[in-house]
Amino acid sequence: MNQSWTIAKKELRSYFDSLVAYLLIIIFLAFTGFFTWISGNGDIFFRKQADLNVFFQTAMWTLFFFIPAITMKMIAEEKKSGTIELLLTKNINTLNLIIGKFLAAFLLVCIALGFTVVYYITVSRLGNFDHGATLCGYLGLLLMSAAFIGIGLFASSLTNNQIVAFLVALIIGVIFMFVFDILAGVQGGWLGELFYTLSINEHFSSISRGVIDTKDIIYFCSLTFLGITLSEYMISKRG
Amino acid sequence: MNIEVKNLAKTYGPQKAVDDISFSVKTGEILGFLGPNGAGKTTTMKIITNFIDKDNGDVQIQGDSVSTGNFKKNIGYLPEHNPLYEDMPVMDYLQYCAELQGVAKSKVDQRIREMIKLCGLNAEKHKKIGELSKGYRQRVGLAQAMIHDPEILILDEPTTGLDPNQIVEIRELIKRIGRSKTVILSTHILPEVEATCDRILIINKGKIVADGTADTLRKQASSNVITRLQISGAALNDIRNKLGLIPGVKSAQIMDLDSNRIEIESDHNIAEVIFRTIVKSNWVITEMIPVETKLEDIFRDLTLN
Repeated sequence: MNQSWTIAKKELRSYFDSLVAYLLIIIFLAFTGFFTWISGNGDIFFRKQADLNVFFQTAMWTLFFFIPAITMKMIAEEKKSGTIELLLTKNINTLNLIIGKFLAAFLLVCIALGFTVVYYITVSRLGNFDHGATLCGYLGLLLMSAAFIGIGLFASSLTNNQIVAFLVALIIGVIFMFVFDILAGVQGGWLGELFYTLSINEHFSSISRGVIDTKDIIYFCSLTFLGITLSEYMISKRG
Repeated sequence: MNIEVKNLAKTYGPQKAVDDISFSVKTGEILGFLGPNGAGKTTTMKIITNFIDKDNGDVQIQGDSVSTGNFKKNIGYLPEHNPLYEDMPVMDYLQYCAELQGVAKSKVDQRIREMIKLCGLNAEKHKKIGELSKGYRQRVGLAQAMIHDPEILILDEPTTGLDPNQIVEIRELIKRIGRSKTVILSTHILPEVEATCDRILIINKGKIVADGTADTLRKQASSNVITRLQISGAALNDIRNKLGLIPGVKSAQIMDLDSNRIEIESDHNIAEVIFRTIVKSNWVITEMIPVETKLEDIFRDLTLN
């Protein structure tokens, strides 16, 4: 676990040493800020409700693009530059390596979300504010981010090209966000039920409504776990 | 730690990269891995470090297979092309490597200082690796390989890109380390193996074609001894004819008329007989040089056919 932390520290530092971290955080805040506060049609003042639902919706979509951008280089670049050979011949096991990278991406998302606590404080003073539901919304965002990071890491482990990793992560994301949703709509019966269960959208919206169901938590955790395990498998399978 | 490679084989598609090779390396030995490009040097090294898996055979360290036992902490590895994180400062990178290799927290700083001193990185230690020249990058590569004081060092072409002074320094460094550790290094610079290695292993097309010290390889490669002489006191032609009659001499040729040089090729060392003949004839000998077969020639002989 110490070694995962070593990896996470190094990855985080490399994001903050380059412009990547700052750019992503600024873009995230600009997007969510714009739609939450000043977009006019649909913002908080338009809805006249003291809640962060608009923010959660925008944040979900921003993270949907934001996370593949963080994870795309994590393994693909190591493969491309050959540093993966250095890492894997060091005294660290592959799982700890992936967990370290996962942690780095997750912490970066946490930092970005951390800035939005300002929104929370502001809105909570505007009117009748449901703290529980809002905290659930944040929990939902974190769980969903973890799942996206798992997917992103897996995509990055497939290739040594960052762009390919980014696009593959988006495609898998789209499948989980839309395709399963649509399929659930057109398919009836148990198959429809299955697609419904597989859709990220459904699980996220049920959490962000303020309902914490173990089903949803298990869903996001298993998606994360699957992503990490598959990345580990892809890296171990070489030569 | 002793390394034992037994019947190792590895195939990439239709190409046999490593074809049934066996050798062993003992503690305190520096083994030089020689071979033309694509001979299988790098593949063998990657299998020893357990970065890739073998198809057949086994690599054992102290009797345990590398694919089951965890020897990563005992091995320092400098991969081919020396991959590094360009945007990391040298100090941070060495710290990162030390932590990954499980160097005790209290010792990390000390190890980094030692490595920086040992590899001559002091002036560059705060620079980003991407800003370093090739020679310094190579030193960083060596430093990261040795940071955890491993028992085994695997160095894939450690001196590429270094200037002649640096090459000498790095060779000295490897020699010093090699006294107490097991070192395998690959190169295609021939004088390098002679200067640093206790033993040479020449491989070609995945097979071992020669194994031994530089001297034994020379003896194996050619039984002919070549001696160069500079003689005066008589017509060079007469001298040559007379020397050509000595038993055992295969050929005697005039190299250079102006400086009176003759080259004699014989099937064994006959320096003494030559000397006596010259003294008896009252000629003056000013030079007598035994010519060693060049390692280059042995290498060409073994790897071209």
